[in-house]
Amino acid sequence: MTEPDSAAAAALDAGDEAGDERRDFLLIATSVIGATGTALALWPFIDTMNPSADVLALASTEIDLLPIEEGQSITIVWRGKPVFVRRRTAAEIEEARATSLDALPDPETDEARAEKPEWLILVGICTHLGCIPLGQKSGDPRGEFGGWFCPCHGSHYDTSGRIRKGPAPENLARPPYAFLDETTLKIG
Amino acid sequence: MSQPTWKNPIVAWIDYRLPIFTFTHHELVDYPTPRNLNYWWNFGSLAGVVLVIMIVTGIYLAMHYTPHTDYAFASVERIMRDVNYGWLIRYLHMNGGSIFFAVVYIHLLRGLYYGSYKAPREILWIIGVLIIFCMMATSFMGYVLPWGQMSFWAATVITNLFSAVPLVGEEIVNWLWGGFSVANPTLNRFYALHFLLPFVIFALVFLHLWALHVHKSNNPLGVEMSGDADSIPFHPYYTIKDTFGLGVLLVVYFGFTFFAPNVLGEPDNYIEANPLVTPSHIVPEWYLTPFYAVLRAITFDIWFIPAKLIGVVAMFASIGVLFFLPWLDTSPVRSATFRPVYKQFFWLFVIDCVVLWYVGANPPEGWFIPLGQFATAYYFFFLVILIPLIGFFERPRAVPDSIASAVTAGADPHREQS
Amino acid sequence: MVGRILGAAVAAVIAVTTANAAEAPRAPGQEWSFDGIFGTYDRNALRRGLTVYTSVCGACHSLDLVAYRHLGAVGYTEDEIKAIAAEFEVEDGPDEDGEMFSRAALPADAFAAPFPNEQAARAANSGTYPPDLSLITKARKHGADYLYAMLIEYRDEAPDGFELLDGMYYNEYFPGRQIAMPPPLFEDGVKYADGTKATVAQMAWDVTTFLAWAAEPEMEERKRLGIKVLIFVLVLTAMLYALKRQIWSRLH
Repeated sequence: MTEPDSAAAAALDAGDEAGDERRDFLLIATSVIGATGTALALWPFIDTMNPSADVLALASTEIDLLPIEEGQSITIVWRGKPVFVRRRTAAEIEEARATSLDALPDPETDEARAEKPEWLILVGICTHLGCIPLGQKSGDPRGEFGGWFCPCHGSHYDTSGRIRKGPAPENLARPPYAFLDETTLKIG
Repeated sequence: MSQPTWKNPIVAWIDYRLPIFTFTHHELVDYPTPRNLNYWWNFGSLAGVVLVIMIVTGIYLAMHYTPHTDYAFASVERIMRDVNYGWLIRYLHMNGGSIFFAVVYIHLLRGLYYGSYKAPREILWIIGVLIIFCMMATSFMGYVLPWGQMSFWAATVITNLFSAVPLVGEEIVNWLWGGFSVANPTLNRFYALHFLLPFVIFALVFLHLWALHVHKSNNPLGVEMSGDADSIPFHPYYTIKDTFGLGVLLVVYFGFTFFAPNVLGEPDNYIEANPLVTPSHIVPEWYLTPFYAVLRAITFDIWFIPAKLIGVVAMFASIGVLFFLPWLDTSPVRSATFRPVYKQFFWLFVIDCVVLWYVGANPPEGWFIPLGQFATAYYFFFLVILIPLIGFFERPRAVPDSIASAVTAGADPHREQS
Repeated sequence: MVGRILGAAVAAVIAVTTANAAEAPRAPGQEWSFDGIFGTYDRNALRRGLTVYTSVCGACHSLDLVAYRHLGAVGYTEDEIKAIAAEFEVEDGPDEDGEMFSRAALPADAFAAPFPNEQAARAANSGTYPPDLSLITKARKHGADYLYAMLIEYRDEAPDGFELLDGMYYNEYFPGRQIAMPPPLFEDGVKYADGTKATVAQMAWDVTTFLAWAAEPEMEERKRLGIKVLIFVLVLTAMLYALKRQIWSRLH
């Protein structure tokens, strides 16, 4: 920095040493407290941009599973994303479990992906570039492995939602979920 | 003033190409400031800090606010109830408006008392008056955004003022509204302009400071600085004094924000706007009531001009007249310290402003009407008649030769008590 | 034409308000638990107040800005909130057939409104609209005192010479002194879970506390933070003052 040059500023340096030390201490203490206060004051501003209470209140969803029949899929919206809930048939479960891990680009057992074999719960977003795969409705193409097919770039998922063919790097993700009782599923 | 030499090579490199460090040093560190400024001189920098707080809180509110008549009220309440610290940001913004006006009004009265508008600071003064105009427009439009009853009816009443314009009044009002009443298009444009105007104010503040730094601060003696003995560097003397002043202001500001956030507001604004029900008393926020009092003081036609038009003109003139103050004042002396007659009438003017504030906050009935008319008359009488006349007839007291001589002689009644 | 109406509106508004002879008096000040800089909402009164709101006020007055989940901030557990919400039906939809359907309310829902819209509310209340109560104590001067006084000060007969309109009730503290709302509170009108005797004054007190919370749910957090912030700023300001004096002492 520069040398203080005005007469008044020079007078600042002319004080006795004890006075200087006292002023330095006060200056440093005040600056530290002031800077701390300013830093703390930033937090409310940053925090306003975090999810608000009304958004968090919708962060989990409860679903009644009773009306879903075997072989049927439903799509629900959870945190602004589609979630696929499929009640799998015995054949679909069998097929998923029989698949060898060597055949999978992203090896994962079906047991690890479905807490209850009958219920497969997945985030319905293709892990390639974020499109929504087809396969939820009865007339949809389900790809070569009977699960889901992403029309954007041709990714094929199997009956466990695992990527089998196409550009997607990973299996369809699983949202956090829990079965509250036999027929109630809580996602989130 | 010396040219600083920068020892840090990075600073020196930047400064050689873009001299921001030299500029800051000249304008904020070395900047020569009269050594005798009293605490009334704190309010300029305080206003600057409050403007920044208003802009920052405003931007964060804008992230959560919905400018639609169906959602505006609920979105503000969502900010109050569900957004993290939303209540804090909202109350800071709401009370910040009042604090901003309080600080700026004191700043204005300080200039009026010490003759800060006189040559060569006329443009500095005029920019200041422009800033107040912009602040009023901004605060008015901001007040409409929560879409409460007072928001809606304030918007209705104030926009209707323009219907007083001869011949094209109705067209102007419809243009302001974007329709045939205050409605969604009005709310939308008010939101856009409320967002824009603070940045216009910011630019005006920059010009205000530029003009200030050409001829430097006026001071309680009203004598220009001459020589080193009259001045002290801005830093550290006024940086610390302004920062201390800010601390005091924050105590007041936070006192309102945390413990009485609604005491300056109107309960009616917590009722959602209803175009079919007018509240029984429509009152502007406290900082605009003096002008509202001037508007309502004109209850009579003059010649063929309708009262309504005169009222509107008088209201705008009550600020507009300040533009001409540098040329209305004929006194050779700046500071009221040496103007025994002006000083008396100045304090009467301050009381008059308080009276107008009180009248404007009350319904126009009974003795409030003549009181408002009398106060309005004095308001203009002081600015337009008394100020030029006093300059001619008053015999000012002896003005000291320099700031330094007054300070050493102890003749300065406003000297720091330290 | 429009110009004339505008002109009249401005004239009416600028010349506003004839002296209102029926102006209500200031309600007597009460000592509320939420007054003062350390004030908090009395949790027991608040719980009882919720009972009064849901079983009395809620029959006509909505509480649009308050959600059941908000009750969590004043000590209701998640299960309690679910149970309270489940007592009410809200409209949802449209479903796959395009029909709106009603379902039990969830914690994330706003308090279920008694009427679907203002017109329905007016139709059911001989033309008057029972206002939403979410902000009622903030939307009136001295809101809590006013609300309490208004609830307990119903009179059976208007004073002599007071012209009471048909279907109106005399109330000292209501602006205009006549109110369309019939006296809402009766001795033992609700049954409190905590066994407190439900007198009219007790119910009025409790529901006022509840509605004060509904209007300013942030108040406790605001005051708590405010005390910390003010102490901090006061200390900092005192230090700044000492520093200012030291720096300036060099000049004299």
